[in-house]
Amino acid sequence: MSALVFVELDEGKVKKSSLEAVSYAAAVDSAVSAIVFGALADGESGKLGKAGASKVLNVTDDKLAANNIMAYASTIAEAFEKEGASLLVLAKSSLGDPVSARVAIKTGASLASNVCELPDTSSGFKVKSSIYTGKAFAVSELKGDKKILVLKKNAVEIKEDGGDAAVEGFAPSINDGDFKVKITSTEKATGEVLLPEAELVVSGGRGLKGPENWGMIEDLAKTLGAATGCSKPVSDMDWRPHHEHVGQTGIKVSPSLYIAVGISGAIQHLAGVNSSKYILVINKDPEAPFFKAADYGVVGDAFEVVPKLTEAIKAQQG
Amino acid sequence: MKILVCITHVPDTTSKIAFTDNNTKFDKTGVQYIIGPYDDYALARAVELKEQSGGSITVLNVGEAETEPTLRKALAIGADDAIRVNAFPTDAFFVAKQIAKAAEEGGFDLILMGRESIDFNGGQVHSMVGELLGMPSVSPVMTLDVDGNSAKIMREIEGGKEFMELNLPFVAGCQEPIAEWKIPNMRGIMSARSKPLSVVEPTADAAQNEVEVFELPPAKSGVKLVDADNLDELVNLLKNEAKVI
Repeated sequence: MSALVFVELDEGKVKKSSLEAVSYAAAVDSAVSAIVFGALADGESGKLGKAGASKVLNVTDDKLAANNIMAYASTIAEAFEKEGASLLVLAKSSLGDPVSARVAIKTGASLASNVCELPDTSSGFKVKSSIYTGKAFAVSELKGDKKILVLKKNAVEIKEDGGDAAVEGFAPSINDGDFKVKITSTEKATGEVLLPEAELVVSGGRGLKGPENWGMIEDLAKTLGAATGCSKPVSDMDWRPHHEHVGQTGIKVSPSLYIAVGISGAIQHLAGVNSSKYILVINKDPEAPFFKAADYGVVGDAFEVVPKLTEAIKAQQG
Repeated sequence: MKILVCITHVPDTTSKIAFTDNNTKFDKTGVQYIIGPYDDYALARAVELKEQSGGSITVLNVGEAETEPTLRKALAIGADDAIRVNAFPTDAFFVAKQIAKAAEEGGFDLILMGRESIDFNGGQVHSMVGELLGMPSVSPVMTLDVDGNSAKIMREIEGGKEFMELNLPFVAGCQEPIAEWKIPNMRGIMSARSKPLSVVEPTADAAQNEVEVFELPPAKSGVKLVDADNLDELVNLLKNEAKVI
């Protein structure tokens, strides 16, 4: 048996969530191949090896340079069959989600999404998925011979003691029918820590009173190397862009630390953050419901607490 | 333009989630059911597209008889007719198969639904339907403009946006701010009662996944409050107790 992992790159570098996917596959199966589209930056295949891949299938066809969901799915389905793999693992993302669904239909594999733990293979193949926006879990039996698992962030620790991965080219058969969508342009925030991938998140709510007060949130985030987020009202009022909206109908995050500043903690916001490892709440209202879901709390005025916290962290960092 | 809008029948976003029967069934006690919030955006955009260029809207749900009030609400918002596929929506594959069959029979130009259901959050159905029908599928869609046979879409990606062009027909998984939610008015509610709602039996496809048991996350042990004048202590806790910074 062997496993295949769809690995995503960001400017040639392997995304952290993809390293988790490789480590997950290596914990389930001894033979792990990674499929990667585009050129890997120096040293990146080594990272894949350490995470547990023994082989890297590199697709460098120019026609597949842009993220093309249909063509990527065809290529991955082809590699899935060719490798004789029984398991495909990938990280949940705007590319991973649609690609995995299409590969499932193409190959007849059973698919589970939002997988948050290693499978239980003691009898059958059971996986635990996060459901109801993090408010519950479902343990499901995957019945198909082939399985596809789409992982939620932090499902496993990244393995660092693997060996070397041999890189070989993979030339897919190109299907003209897969080129029906033309991507005309992409707008992407650069140089910032991306929210869905972030280990640390600093979020602001209506308690900050206006977009002009976000400087202290950004300072704290920068000091910690954190991503910035916000509550729904803040994004609805256009104080912050929609891709920062954390919650039930926005981005769901699962960082190791989520810092909520001036956010009361409506159930819809909590739904987006409840799989964070630790939650720190800063709010001047001691009755704010968020404190009930928090691990650490400071009751105080954000305009005083946040800059002081930033200074205290800086002092610790030396 | 013939538009198919697929909706889910899900617990209100403020619902307390609990299970019964040894954690094998969702506890419906006191739960209010709604059109999935993302599906509601899809429906609202469909109504706007119909206002602009005419056509018809068919709304579809895969569910048992209890979901009919939710379908009626969609009719009140502006759909012209409704289809209920008479089956419990066991998994994404099963639901996608049902939608694909109805879509093939109806010959729709556009198939809209929410980016994901808010119960299982898989976000897989639209792509599966697209694959089954050999059509592109795009999600999560934030703007959708149709001009004749072609469309322009903006979808959200990690930390940004992707702009694209494609021809009809295709599938789209929608999210805000594609349109404002529409609240049914009295005339809509009255007319919804007499709009056609057909019940069709499901295909013979079996689900690929079976839920064995549900679990709730462990309760938080309680918040540790730190004085606003003692933030060094907070930094110490984050660094040495939680070990997260």
